[in-house]
Amino acid sequence: MTETASLKRILESVGYEDVAGFSDYKKILILIVIAGLLFASAVLAVLMGTYDISIQDVFSTILTHITFGDTSTIAKLHNTIIWEIRVPRVLLTIFVGGALAIAGAVFQGVFRNPLVEPYILGVSSGAAFGAALAIVFPTIFFSIQLSAFVFGSFAVAIAYMLARVRGETPIITLILAGVIIGSIFSALVSLLKYISDDTALREIVFWLMGGFYYTTWDDIVLIAPLVTGGFLILWALGWKLNILSMGDNEARTLGVNPEKYKFIVVTIATAITAFAVSIVGIIAWVGLMMPHASRMILGPDNRFIIPASFMMGGIYLIMCDTLARTLTSSEIPVGIITSILGAPYLCYLLRNKGRVIFG
Amino acid sequence: MLQVKNIHFNYGDFPVLSGISFSVNEGELCGLFGPNGCGKTTLFKCCLKFLKYHKGSVHIAGKDTTKQSIEELAKVVSYVPQEHKPPFPYLVREVVLMGRTPHLGGFFGVKRRDKEIALDALEQLEIADLAGRPYNQLSGGQRQMVLMARAIAQDTPIMFLDEPTSALDFQNQMKIWETMKDIAAEGKTILACSHDPNHVAWFCDRVIVMSPQGIVAEGSPEDTINEEVLDLIYSNSCSVRKSGDVQIVMPKSIAKKADDPFPSQMPKKITANMK
Repeated sequence: MTETASLKRILESVGYEDVAGFSDYKKILILIVIAGLLFASAVLAVLMGTYDISIQDVFSTILTHITFGDTSTIAKLHNTIIWEIRVPRVLLTIFVGGALAIAGAVFQGVFRNPLVEPYILGVSSGAAFGAALAIVFPTIFFSIQLSAFVFGSFAVAIAYMLARVRGETPIITLILAGVIIGSIFSALVSLLKYISDDTALREIVFWLMGGFYYTTWDDIVLIAPLVTGGFLILWALGWKLNILSMGDNEARTLGVNPEKYKFIVVTIATAITAFAVSIVGIIAWVGLMMPHASRMILGPDNRFIIPASFMMGGIYLIMCDTLARTLTSSEIPVGIITSILGAPYLCYLLRNKGRVIFG
Repeated sequence: MLQVKNIHFNYGDFPVLSGISFSVNEGELCGLFGPNGCGKTTLFKCCLKFLKYHKGSVHIAGKDTTKQSIEELAKVVSYVPQEHKPPFPYLVREVVLMGRTPHLGGFFGVKRRDKEIALDALEQLEIADLAGRPYNQLSGGQRQMVLMARAIAQDTPIMFLDEPTSALDFQNQMKIWETMKDIAAEGKTILACSHDPNHVAWFCDRVIVMSPQGIVAEGSPEDTINEEVLDLIYSNSCSVRKSGDVQIVMPKSIAKKADDPFPSQMPKKITANMK
């Protein structure tokens, strides 16, 4: 009870005002618990791996790096495995899982449909085409990541323009435009697969399944500020997103310009999705499931759903990736694990909580 | 408070509004009355800028609405739609709190006062017991009450209500009309459309009667809800009777029964036949 009391004091000092019958303390407490779980799962993931390293060694390695200590005191092998491979990999999973999950939450809110996923506007097909193009023609498109990002964003931009009629973007048209654009790019990916040689084909297939095989600190430096920035903006727009999820006319009545805010949140959500996809490939289900799971725990208020989705996306992807790299001696693409674990979860949702979640 | 001048609106080639003009004064509870499909909701949507009209102008509180942003307009006008169902299970109190959106500012936004106003609005309509229920699982009538509470929480000088009592039971219909009268007595302006001639006659300060051709009558309830006007829009199917000082509109067939000088003979005849 003392923890709740001190939490109340801290929140009131930063300007939060509570009213009986309207209390958010419980939800804030749940968010703190989820943050603790995220931290715990990250630590656990760093400890696990095919090469056994004692807990003391793992912690002393990380501690030395965090405190800017003398890194030459660490065994070279430990340094490489812990600091060069496992730590950046776990961090990248958090950022990618978080990015996909908040994008999912935002798309579900804007499209007023709890079954929407962040790839609905064609970002994954676009990115797949970009990546395949760079794999098949490495001399023209020098970077797979850049090409995937550019084409992923490009696909969504076309879908958005296609759906825009007389200054308005109705949601049905937008989703249909996304489906159309997605199918065109999927066809183009098939075409590239058909004309590519065996090595390129294998690489395309692996890219499409998604994975964190070659994570380096450079990836973290790239993705961390972008996803964090996008997350903070979307979180700040959480209340506006609640209003948007009530429908266009409702939003207008309540003084929220639906066209303007739809554009802002869809752009940011698309950008962070395209970014995540361009680094690790297409990872399914995280963006669909984690917003659901958050909503089951915290209710539909996006001011809580967005941070919760971010952290739960991180937890889920850490879990899947750790399984992917420890289950067998060689690595399983993480996309396979997320789908195998994800489908039964959605079945459970549909059968048991269907009425509450789907209205 | 509200001036509508010569509004024209078509859905494609189909003209819905052609040259509608009227005004509503401050502190007035004004009823908009007319048959199905005469363009009441379309007119509302034009006034609220949901639809772009092709000709004419709408002034609210002296300002041209086309020159006002959505944010500015929401501080002046609130709207209760006919029907609305969101896909997410927001709690009733959260939906009512959304009414405070135009007045929010700062990072945390929602202040203690906003939450209190939302709870007060629920109290005013006596639906505080619904506060913790998911809004999308309520009945249509309960949702209508919640949307009314949301409009009250929005606290705007003018309110538009699109058939606010269409899904309500008899008691709640009276409650909503009485609440609207109270709100108008506080100096706020209300424009409400309704399909019940008795409601507009009993509760409104002024009535505007619309037909697909345009406005057919405008003025006090006594001047507008009479047989002449009702015959025009409802093709001779209504009678107006007086019960004391209060007038009642009823179907012609029912009125005939009431006019029958020997109504007591009817059952006797029936019983005779049955023997």
